[in-house]
Amino acid sequence: MFPLSNFHEFTLGAELAIALVLGVGFGFALERAGFGSARKLTAVFYLYDMAVVKVMFTAVVTTLVGLALLSGVGMFDMSAIYLEPTNWTAQIVGGLLFGAGFVVGGYCPGTSMAAIATGRKDGMLFALGMLAGVWAYAEFTPGLDDWYKATASGVITLPDATGIAIGWWALVFVATLAFAAWGMARLERRFAHLNPQP
Amino acid sequence: MNTLVQAPPHAAAATGKSAAHPFMNPYLAGFLLGLVLLATYVVTGRGLGATAGFAALATGLASLDGAEHLQTSVVHLKYWNDGAPLLNWTLFLLVGALIGAAISGWQANRFSFSIERGPNITDRQRLMLAFVGGFIAACGAKLAKGCTSGQALTGSSVLNVSGLLFLGAVFLAGFVVAQVARKEWL
Repeated sequence: MFPLSNFHEFTLGAELAIALVLGVGFGFALERAGFGSARKLTAVFYLYDMAVVKVMFTAVVTTLVGLALLSGVGMFDMSAIYLEPTNWTAQIVGGLLFGAGFVVGGYCPGTSMAAIATGRKDGMLFALGMLAGVWAYAEFTPGLDDWYKATASGVITLPDATGIAIGWWALVFVATLAFAAWGMARLERRFAHLNPQP
Repeated sequence: MNTLVQAPPHAAAATGKSAAHPFMNPYLAGFLLGLVLLATYVVTGRGLGATAGFAALATGLASLDGAEHLQTSVVHLKYWNDGAPLLNWTLFLLVGALIGAAISGWQANRFSFSIERGPNITDRQRLMLAFVGGFIAACGAKLAKGCTSGQALTGSSVLNVSGLLFLGAVFLAGFVVAQVARKEWL
């Protein structure tokens, strides 16, 4: 039954309209969470406001539990979703670079949209830097795409790698989130003094 | 002084403007974001992404210099879309995000022309760092085939090892670099 795209051929217009609608929900949720603010986002690295982890972790758990339930009752075909192959070097080096850019720039690509939409000039500069970065990648290092494919380890998911089904993983993630929520509340109290604007 | 001063309630009353609403409970906001991501999977079979929208826009801009110039880069060709790079799914997602965030920010009185930074650097320094950070983040996202949306969120929620690995690396570098960048934020 789902994903819908497997059983229904969308026209280009319909596809773009769907993207726009989902995008509105995406941007709305990010701004609601306070992710249009670079200080709110970077606060996670100084441990006085863990909102980034709370929001991301809860979103991951929500989607994971939702998909586990839908596939459990046979309404969703997990094998039909697109999964990026794992390339250990690319994800580690790229992730390290991205993390550095996140702290220095104050945003990530999606949240910079929320920043721009609420008038943050630094969000605009971050987005321009992003644009320059992806342009430079395409112009000067296009060969890295072939290198990625050649050295990738293929698609690896936790259920495949461990033999433990998605439903059990969903339970593990829910339990971890509950424990993390308790831990994060403690961290926020412990590091509250670092907040420059209490 | 900080550019973005949260006006105390009495000041807001004095100027006749209502103060910015507090942010939504993070767990509730996360649930909302999760529902959007779940809907994206249910309808399209793939998750959210933000970097690809930038890449499509970059290819669109680069093509202004002549389409034959793009032939030299497989990355540009990937986003060329037979001459319509701007009719890209992820670019529309970004435009939607801009609209959705504007609606949310407007409703909550959070719109303000300002610069987000800590109290110990200047606006000018912060704007330069924002651009540099955006450039570095873009390089990382291109190399890793995704960003916080396309890899960390989308990948982790379906237990894809590439997304979980990326997420771990992002937080590792984030915590280390944040110690060096204390002056920017604290």
